[in-house]
Amino acid sequence: MIIDHPLLGPRDAQEFTYLGDASLIDRPDWQATDAAEQFFDYQYLRDNPAGLHKELWFHEMGDRSWLVVTRNTLTHEITKVELARDVARKRGRGK
Amino acid sequence: MIRDNRLDGGLIDRSETLSFRFDGKQYEGHPGDTLASALLANDVRLMGRSFKYHRPRGPLSAGSEEPNAIVELRDGARREPNTRATTAELYDGLTAKSQSRFPSLSFDFMAINDLLSNFLTAGFYYKTFMWPASFWEKIYEPIIRRAAGLGAVSHAEDPDVYDKGFLHCDLLVIGSGPAGLAAAQTAARSGAEVILAEEDFIFGGRLNAERLSVGDARGSDWAAGIIDELSSMKNVRLMKRTTIIGAFDHGVYGAVERVSDHLITPDAGKPRQILWRIYSKQAILCAGAIERPIAFANNDRPGIMQAGALRSYANRWAVTPAQRIAIFTNNDDGHRTASDLLAKGVDVAAIIDVRESAPKHRHVEVLSGATVCDSAGRLGLNSIEVYRPNRPMRHIKCGALGVSGGWNPNVHLTCHQRGRPQWNANIAAFVPGVTGPQGLHVAGAANGIFSTAGALSSGVEAAAAALAVLGKKVTEVPQPETEDAAFNIKPFWHVAANSGERNTVTPKGRAWLDQQNDVTVKDVVLAHQENFQSVEHLKRYTTLGMATDQGKTSNVSGLAIMAEIAGRDIPEIGTTIYRPPYTPTAIGVFAGRSRGADFRPYRLTPSHKWAEEQGAIFVEAGNWLRAQWYPREGETHWRESVDREVLATRRSVGVCDVTTLGKIDVQGPDAAAFLNKVYANGFAKLAVGKTRYGLMLREDGMVMDDGTTARLGDNHYVMTTTTANAVGVFRHMEFARQCLWPDLDVQIISTTESWAQYAIAGPNSRAVLEKIIDPEFDISNEAFGFMACANVTVCNGLRARLFRISFSGELAYELAVPTRYGDALIRAIMEAGDDYDITPYGVEALGVMRIEKGHATANELNGTTTALNLGMGRMVSKTKDSIGSILSERTALNGPDMLYLVGLKPVDSIDEVVAGSHLMTPGDPINAAHDQGYVTSACYSPNLESSIGLGFLKNGQARIGETIKMMNPLEGREVLLEVCSAHFVDPEGERLRA
Repeated sequence: MIIDHPLLGPRDAQEFTYLGDASLIDRPDWQATDAAEQFFDYQYLRDNPAGLHKELWFHEMGDRSWLVVTRNTLTHEITKVELARDVARKRGRGK
Repeated sequence: MIRDNRLDGGLIDRSETLSFRFDGKQYEGHPGDTLASALLANDVRLMGRSFKYHRPRGPLSAGSEEPNAIVELRDGARREPNTRATTAELYDGLTAKSQSRFPSLSFDFMAINDLLSNFLTAGFYYKTFMWPASFWEKIYEPIIRRAAGLGAVSHAEDPDVYDKGFLHCDLLVIGSGPAGLAAAQTAARSGAEVILAEEDFIFGGRLNAERLSVGDARGSDWAAGIIDELSSMKNVRLMKRTTIIGAFDHGVYGAVERVSDHLITPDAGKPRQILWRIYSKQAILCAGAIERPIAFANNDRPGIMQAGALRSYANRWAVTPAQRIAIFTNNDDGHRTASDLLAKGVDVAAIIDVRESAPKHRHVEVLSGATVCDSAGRLGLNSIEVYRPNRPMRHIKCGALGVSGGWNPNVHLTCHQRGRPQWNANIAAFVPGVTGPQGLHVAGAANGIFSTAGALSSGVEAAAAALAVLGKKVTEVPQPETEDAAFNIKPFWHVAANSGERNTVTPKGRAWLDQQNDVTVKDVVLAHQENFQSVEHLKRYTTLGMATDQGKTSNVSGLAIMAEIAGRDIPEIGTTIYRPPYTPTAIGVFAGRSRGADFRPYRLTPSHKWAEEQGAIFVEAGNWLRAQWYPREGETHWRESVDREVLATRRSVGVCDVTTLGKIDVQGPDAAAFLNKVYANGFAKLAVGKTRYGLMLREDGMVMDDGTTARLGDNHYVMTTTTANAVGVFRHMEFARQCLWPDLDVQIISTTESWAQYAIAGPNSRAVLEKIIDPEFDISNEAFGFMACANVTVCNGLRARLFRISFSGELAYELAVPTRYGDALIRAIMEAGDDYDITPYGVEALGVMRIEKGHATANELNGTTTALNLGMGRMVSKTKDSIGSILSERTALNGPDMLYLVGLKPVDSIDEVVAGSHLMTPGDPINAAHDQGYVTSACYSPNLESSIGLGFLKNGQARIGETIKMMNPLEGREVLLEVCSAHFVDPEGERLRA
């Protein structure tokens, strides 16, 4: 597979390590009243879509960017690659 | 008597003679020959025995689809079993042996299996060798394995090297027949970067096997002309002897180039093979088609071949397996073979055509509506029986029979990404489906277009389509006039037309489908009778298509017969899944250079050479080689060395290389806030110049890693990780930094390899260090207390970092210098410590001392343990947000019955604690339900003069002083242990603070 890195251009998937569902960005608020339930869902419950999937890849052999890759799990077609940091900010994460 | 089977013409170089040996006998051939063509020229048709019944077999094909003529090529360490004689290029001095036979090819003891064939049907092994189960491994399997055929590996190390390489192109053209050449030429002239890959050792594909002309040139000459043009173009890379073995995601193709297989040994500095990873923007599959046989009784005798293969041998290699040949066909292509053989002066006995309205032939008798129903000849064909309805059986003498059951487009690569082929009734074959790999076009016979003119025009069209995607303008290349015959076929799969049951046509005898695995029509019938309805089940049950040829000549016929028996359509039955590699591929080329010592290179610390000089024994730890212990003269057992190192360190001073621990530099205004997130305990209040133990959790609350982190400045921390987890911890921290808290102003970088670091431990460690640390730095206990850290200089001005931390439990320091000074520093430390008998110690002594001190390592941080299990539950801060803190509070991970880290020592000091053993309450039944915990670490403590251990025990913190039973059923041990504090040595920590 080839991942089109937003900063470095197309790179072989061999340079990356895979983590999983990009929902791991959405870490719950530790002070929420139902934090235990939220963290349980966050840690253990994932969708397993047959189709488009947003997932986290780490450019370990490269520039150490975490990327959010939108990949079709049926065809392996990659339709979007973003810096995870940008995605995280868009989803409201900060300090 | 050796008959000369050479014909005129052909693409062989008669000016040179090559000599070779097969089964010890000397033969001659010419450059351009394959082993199979050269053997046929020498009247050798018998080249192997079948896998199961040990039936005599000769080549079926003239290409890589060959099921039968597989041999052991070369001798000694270069011996290569299961090599297809039909693709092995002849070279002077070639040696080959036949396989699956004992003692000789013409007389094989195991041929007795053939007489037992009524019992050895599909599923025989499954049904027969089921009981008793214990017999399988010791008795049945070894016998079956010995009886089974195929070649043997040499068991010697491969003396050759294999390489890997990477190529990029606009367009990859797979196959160099008419379609591939036309596509490559059009794309190349249009300015695309083109790679043309050809499995064969000459370009041209089927054009080399035909008599037809392209334009006013012979087909093979036209092909050579195109290759001349392409080879002069800078934007074209021609790769012959290169098989595309797999189509992978995003236009990536795997290719194996056989650089040296046609040589007796590789040229100096050259690899035997190269595994190429080809990155293509577009690709065109022009892999042609494979002719399929028709099954009939005893259709496996040497001399019975694909009709098209006979044509290849005659036209390209100027060789015929026999002087009198018959043709058995269901399509027009068989007639072309007859004409080509006649043109070469071979006697064609008859054309047996299953079609009632078979075309006439000007020179050969055509028996229409006829079938070949049996054959004769012990080690090779000498006659066939021809059946025609309502007419007497016809006996025809012939030394070879060309069989054509139609052509299967070579759809293999189009299916590597789960694409499924589609049935095309016009050619009675599967053609590529619509869901092939992205960017892959298909042209020529691979797409079911069988005429040469059709191949040329489809090649041009595919190139134009690819160029359009690439955004390149097409340069039109006029294509020459050539053969454009329609393809006319009547689907016909096997002679016993009546559901495969025995009838008058096949009174006895077996009709072979998969010749390498000895699968017959009857086996398919049996599978159906036993309700194996899916084609995938048929494959596994009968082993159809599971041999080294992967059923290239048998699969489609097998499933067609299955469809016929089941009364279903062929498309409804479907095909099994095609997977890479396309042809058998040497494991060596996948390994490349990654073998032996290069499989996973070791990392060496800067003082490795010094440790070698001390005679250190090394152990692998997270890719590093670390000194395990340093034996001294007279020490005969590792324990002697380790005990000495431990005692010397605790009594005076020892030194240990701790360079391999992971080091991560954390800097920035938010560095403290960041550490507070990744560590469960607090770091914000750590003073500059101080070090703190840090406990890192996974989000699920389990302990991930631990280490010390030193604060060297307001915004500067240096973290250490365990050796094995250094990479994973760094990845985790980058995840936290980029994905969870993207606005924290903090930077991290791994500095593991930038610093050489040594632990100096023992009551005299300060005295030794004072001789090395430059005098302006005060390292007295008052000025530089326990857990202090500082930037210092050593040996007159060399910058260094000093940490007062201790893993051994002694007064201890870790001193780090830039990597290039590591060797010099260890020598300086040893010299400075000479007065105190400083002793280098390895990881074994390190391990003993940390067990004596009750410090956890990977044995305890094993991925299933929490801070609470480790006795550090209170370290997990509840007043800040850190990874893992919420889920560590789960009910199931908390409560009185949790496992707690305890110390363990034998009640009787001659007994031994064994890591991995389980703990049971005395008097309880010994079973999993009553399990109380397990031993994680154990060693002999020379200080306590007893075996000791660490382990996890249910409610362990409340059971100090209890006696517990250690069970080790693997070693048959049962020992009584006393539960004690994990801190065996200096429980109050006075030595640390001395």
